[in-house]
Amino acid sequence: MSVAELKERLVGTQVWKSVFRHRYIDSNRNRALTVFSNVFLHIHPVKIPEKNLRFWHTMCLGGLSFGLFLVLLVTGVLLMFYYRPAVPQAYRDMKELEFVISSGAFLRNLHRWAAHAMVVAVFLHMARVFYSGAYRPPREFNWVVGVVLLVLTLLLSYTGYLLPWDQLAYWAITVGTNMAEAAPLIGPKFKFLLLGGNIIGENALVRFYVLHCVVLPLAAAALLAVHFWRVRKDGGVRPL
Amino acid sequence: MGDRVQDEPDSDRRRFLWITGVASLSAAGAGGAAVLADFVHPKVLFEPPTAFRIGRPEDFPVNSVSADYDRKVYIVRTEVGFFALSAVCTHLGCITRWLEDEQTIACPCHGSKFGRDGSLALGPAPRPLRRIAIRLEEGELIVDTTVEVQADTVLRV
Repeated sequence: MSVAELKERLVGTQVWKSVFRHRYIDSNRNRALTVFSNVFLHIHPVKIPEKNLRFWHTMCLGGLSFGLFLVLLVTGVLLMFYYRPAVPQAYRDMKELEFVISSGAFLRNLHRWAAHAMVVAVFLHMARVFYSGAYRPPREFNWVVGVVLLVLTLLLSYTGYLLPWDQLAYWAITVGTNMAEAAPLIGPKFKFLLLGGNIIGENALVRFYVLHCVVLPLAAAALLAVHFWRVRKDGGVRPL
Repeated sequence: MGDRVQDEPDSDRRRFLWITGVASLSAAGAGGAAVLADFVHPKVLFEPPTAFRIGRPEDFPVNSVSADYDRKVYIVRTEVGFFALSAVCTHLGCITRWLEDEQTIACPCHGSKFGRDGSLALGPAPRPLRRIAIRLEEGELIVDTTVEVQADTVLRV
């Protein structure tokens, strides 16, 4: 049996057909179906004018931000296998990751540098959108979604800062929560709830951990979906 | 048969269901929000005490500044008497240090400086250090960090 025959038999099986709804024959219809019938691709448009793909229209900054978000997701989940958000385990686990566990230091550094890079990429992305006027109608709402995503990116950076539970972390959160406390009216209460008390202790560590690993990433993922979908619905990237 | 759904015959019933639906959902939402707000509020805090014994008056020499960095206070004894300063910087909450050589209280985070009476010598701190309550009880000095007192308050011993 030749390879071609084997392939023909494989794609003829019911299992294959139950997963892939159409044959891969290079036609306009099948190209469209490839996008339509795939949950990951369907957020993209089926067709994009070639001139919209020019590098200098976007400098790929939005895509880079999302790519970094995915890197952070994968490295972050791996770090969670060894990290316990408790005192004094947190600091020990961080050191164990850094000095004992295979590739632990690599993953930590990747997570850290990707986090820094994401803040830079998101900021540059916003600057690009601003200077190319891409916030103008009909894209005003997506600009607002983008601003919220910028804030979420900064909050993710900030909440991750406490988790190593070292001196830098402790004092950075001291300074940051005192800034929050300075907000009129709700400031002191907000700081109390954020820390789960009056001092930066166990409660604060667990709260920052849950925000960093669950609440903020979920919020970001939901808004990212809206953001990408709106890019397409508002007409995609248009040349200046 | 028009394009629109005819709601005329049932309009009272629809209106009733709409109002009761929205009302019950609002009530459930408000209840849920209240429960959530209560839930995120810790009921018991395991934190160091804010009022504590700091020592006997004779432990502190006249004209001295004694720092207790764990409990974040300075005990200052002048020729007149005692007062206590919070060691927490009024800028963004770092713990300041008493520099004996310079006779200055300095913050390592952003460089604020204070005199030995807590007065502001150099920004970015916006205010002098908090002067906190100190009292003498059965021969021991007791500090309460939650009670702020006037900047000229001195405990005469």
